Amino acid sequence: MTSRVFEVFRRERAGAPMQHAGSVVAPDARFAEIYAREQYGRRGESEALWLVPREAVGEIDEFVDEFDLKYRRVDGYSIKERLREARARAGTSLRDLPGGR
Amino acid sequence: MDGRTEEFLANVQSGGLVEAGDWMPDEYRARLTKFVEMHANSELMGVLPERDWILRAPTLQRKLALTAKIQDEAGHAQLLYRVVEDLGKPREACLDDLIAGRAKFHNVFHYPTKSWGDVGVIAWLVDAAAIISQKALLKCSYAPYARIMRKICWEESFHILHGRDIVLTLVTGTEGQRELVQEALDRWWKPLMMFHGNPIPAEDDPMVHWRIKSQANEEARQQFLEGYVPEVWELGLTLPDPELRRREDGTWEYTEPDWDELRAVVTGHGPASEERIAFRRLSREDVDWVSRTVLAEAA
Ligand SMILES: [Fe+2]
Ligand SMILES: [Fe+2]
Repeated sequence: MTSRVFEVFRRERAGAPMQHAGSVVAPDARFAEIYAREQYGRRGESEALWLVPREAVGEIDEFVDEFDLKYRRVDGYSIKERLREARARAGTSLRDLPGGR
Repeated sequence: MDGRTEEFLANVQSGGLVEAGDWMPDEYRARLTKFVEMHANSELMGVLPERDWILRAPTLQRKLALTAKIQDEAGHAQLLYRVVEDLGKPREACLDDLIAGRAKFHNVFHYPTKSWGDVGVIAWLVDAAAIISQKALLKCSYAPYARIMRKICWEESFHILHGRDIVLTLVTGTEGQRELVQEALDRWWKPLMMFHGNPIPAEDDPMVHWRIKSQANEEARQQFLEGYVPEVWELGLTLPDPELRRREDGTWEYTEPDWDELRAVVTGHGPASEERIAFRRLSREDVDWVSRTVLAEAA
């Protein structure tokens, strides 16, 4: 019997997200719990821990943007030029309007 | 250098980060593994000089604090060996190499301790020197190592304070207690000046080239001198180097350490090297039945 790797996730305080903290090597879940408590919780630095056998983690690390979906993002828009043009056409300036800056 | 390696190098040099499962050039993996392994070994061997003082600590409070520090350091070794394992070298192989004298650990852990003064000076100044290097490693291109370093630096924060507190208690005590600190400083200054290594320029350092390290050796030593020499002097203590002074430009001048001695010490020829490795060998044999039982039970 050999040891296996358990990934450790920890919640720093109530309401905080679970975040990956590191990993421990242990022969089984019971030992993994003891090691994780010792290495990631002995200083009271964690409110909760999750232990996951490494094989159980499914990783996705490729995200193809085939259809150029940048319209979902703020950086997909550049309005500066057109805003200036629109103001010029209307003959307005934000500063001169009520509540203007 | 092939195209893939060139691309990898350009990426890490411009701040790119590498994860455990990513492809990496053999040279990067080999250098990184060796470096982190030495770091892990140092944490593990570093507890031995302090361990000798648990039973001799002067008060219960000191005993508890020292034990907590030692537990932290042993924990650092555990965290770092995990990083090494994910890079491909099993922990068992690291420990085998360590007790066979094939692996390195930091020079300061090859020296004996003589009094409680040494315990104060080690926790204060050896940990201070170490934390300077460890803080610089927060910027390491290998992200799993950098992340573990964040946890380690956080845990280290009380070690230096614990050491300084011991030193302050001794220098405000009797003449004899003050003497203990001065003697310990006299003993530890040379090894401390060697701690950050010979002043190899950053551009010639392959560890900097791959952005495993981001701080040149001399830069680390200067930071150490700037931070801690004034704190030693303000206690009326002296350091055994007549050349030691702060230049106009803020850099420190000092007597060039004997780099051959450093090389000899880290290759296992220090005054306490053999004893420490022998002790590690003995404890590995002693606890072998535990790992065998645990693994058998889990089978
Ligand atoms: Fe440490
Ligand atoms: Fe420490």
